[in-house]
Amino acid sequence: MLDATMAPLVEVKNLKMYFPIHSGLLRRHTGDVKAVDDVSFHIMPGETLGLVGESGCGKSTVGRAILRLYEPTAGSVRIDGDEIPALAPHALRKKRPTMQMVFQDPQASLNPRMTVADIIGEPLEEHTTLSRDQKLARIYELMDQVGLNRAFANRYPYAFSGGQRQRIGIARALALNPKFIVCDEPIAALDVSIQAQVVNLLEDLQDRLGLTYLFISHDLSMVRHIADRVAVMYLGQIAEISPRDALYAQPLHPYAEALLSAVPEADPSGAQKQRIILKGDVPSPANPPKGCNFCTRCPRVMPVCREVEPKLIEAAPGRQVACHLINPL
Amino acid sequence: MPDRAKPVLEVRGLKTVFRTRGGHVHAVNDVSFTLRPGELLGVVGESGSGKSVTMMSLIGLLPSPPADVCGGEVLLGGVDLLKASPEELRRVRGARIGFVFQDPMTSLNPVFTVGNQIMEPLMHHMGLSKAQAVERAVELLELVGIPDARKRLKAYPHQFSGGMRQRVMIAIALACDPEVLIADEPTTALDVTIQAQILELVKELRQKLGMAIIWITHDLGVIAGIADRIMVMYGGQVAEQGPVREVFAQPQHPYTRALLRTIPKLHGPRSAKLEAIEGQPPILTAPPAACPFAPRCAHAFDRCRAENPARRSIDARTLGEGHDVACHWHAPAPQEAAHA
Repeated sequence: MLDATMAPLVEVKNLKMYFPIHSGLLRRHTGDVKAVDDVSFHIMPGETLGLVGESGCGKSTVGRAILRLYEPTAGSVRIDGDEIPALAPHALRKKRPTMQMVFQDPQASLNPRMTVADIIGEPLEEHTTLSRDQKLARIYELMDQVGLNRAFANRYPYAFSGGQRQRIGIARALALNPKFIVCDEPIAALDVSIQAQVVNLLEDLQDRLGLTYLFISHDLSMVRHIADRVAVMYLGQIAEISPRDALYAQPLHPYAEALLSAVPEADPSGAQKQRIILKGDVPSPANPPKGCNFCTRCPRVMPVCREVEPKLIEAAPGRQVACHLINPL
Repeated sequence: MPDRAKPVLEVRGLKTVFRTRGGHVHAVNDVSFTLRPGELLGVVGESGSGKSVTMMSLIGLLPSPPADVCGGEVLLGGVDLLKASPEELRRVRGARIGFVFQDPMTSLNPVFTVGNQIMEPLMHHMGLSKAQAVERAVELLELVGIPDARKRLKAYPHQFSGGMRQRVMIAIALACDPEVLIADEPTTALDVTIQAQILELVKELRQKLGMAIIWITHDLGVIAGIADRIMVMYGGQVAEQGPVREVFAQPQHPYTRALLRTIPKLHGPRSAKLEAIEGQPPILTAPPAACPFAPRCAHAFDRCRAENPARRSIDARTLGEGHDVACHWHAPAPQEAAHA
């Protein structure tokens, strides 16, 4: 399994991603949407980190900011030894092949006017000097890897189902032999019976190619299946990062606990334990509450939570939690 | 549940075809079910399985052309809705059958206040005066758990969050005390913690009001938590139908079984590999001549590819009341299913 002495492949420290709000006649900068506010985590080589949370919690923004699809506002992101936010455009381009992304909506992320071979071959075109024959051979190899029939290489995306389109997106991400792939809700747009096909494919590829994944999802049961460790985000911050089994057995942060208890399970026998029903809605990231982000909905809120922002601290070996209820190790 | 009571809604042999220039799509093929007073029927299936089209066919919500509800009957209190005039249908929709749609953003009108939209069915169907409608609207918003209801009547949909909007939709659907509430993926667009709030609300409302509910979803977890009976659809047909506990404990159709196995669990042992259902759902360009699941079924044999199986009761009860399944494995003798 994972070697504790290895250096992490991805190391994110104090990442901030603010989107400015401009208002008034002069479009003055009047505030920020703090989509990601001081997020730190690491991912070991060959590991899958699950990143879960509800819509608007900033999980997709984290994925995009660490690959510098957005320019992060502040913070450090080291991927395979390079400081990504500091790279010059030319150096960043050289770095791109090692870090790739699989997008949520295979419909919107594939150009409808390019054939499958063109789509999968485009990264090769941009980043390699392969001859035409070599390129075609690589495209066929990739199609085999993701389980697409070679005979379909000259078809257009519309001719494929959602699950097959997601395979095209995965083949494109694999084209340049990346080390690290951000999977941003790769199965959210797919039917249940197709989701398992795609997740099995991602796991096979990880075993065969030694890939490292950041798996962003709101589907907690699927994350339990695929991830080694899981980070739970709420309103732009990490509430808890724990090894998978520890988190699902006993979540430490009250939000992680409520989130897990809210997932309906396909078991009508009533064995499921008492649900924690959170009151109210998620506050706006443009105007987060004072103190702990979760204090407006937390069932175990204390006076200190409304005043002081809790820091992410080591609560147990390998488990980090940002909550005043938790005593440091 | 009053099990022996007369059904509020009876659907027999419903068929819907979309006739387009590109060809015909047989979206619903011979769907039958009954809904008893106070019962919650969960309808599950993947996209394209015909679950939404079935329910929209019932109350004439599909545009025609291209949709053509070409067979069957839909009995609401003994009257066939498929033979009803548009005028009669209008008196049923919103008054006797309420509808909650998936996306609370697009199903509320953004230019009218929430109060206006709740009061519309009250004044239209129930003949209330404006003052009476305001009072009833406040009551309804309080019923679905919206705080400060009287003030919120003057708010517009964009001033509500997704979960609050879905509460408003439920209030509108409940406005005229319908006998049947049809909810089409009402929590799919919501986050899990908000979904849990809505599920809790529906449980509460059922106890208070006692209407029958048809709940359409692709999420077996949601069904497990709230439904009395479950109907599994595949390829425009009913694959399996029965009491929810029986179906989850002893699924009889290979599709239901595969579906239950393919979902990763939140608790209990974690399997190393997910059991995927290989292949794709069928495209329904012709009336089904064979079992629609046969190409993906691990147990398919010659008969499955030659003949569409009829629904058969697997206990002694009448079709639609007990547990039934449409699978050739159950055709000769139920005990053969043990080998499947």
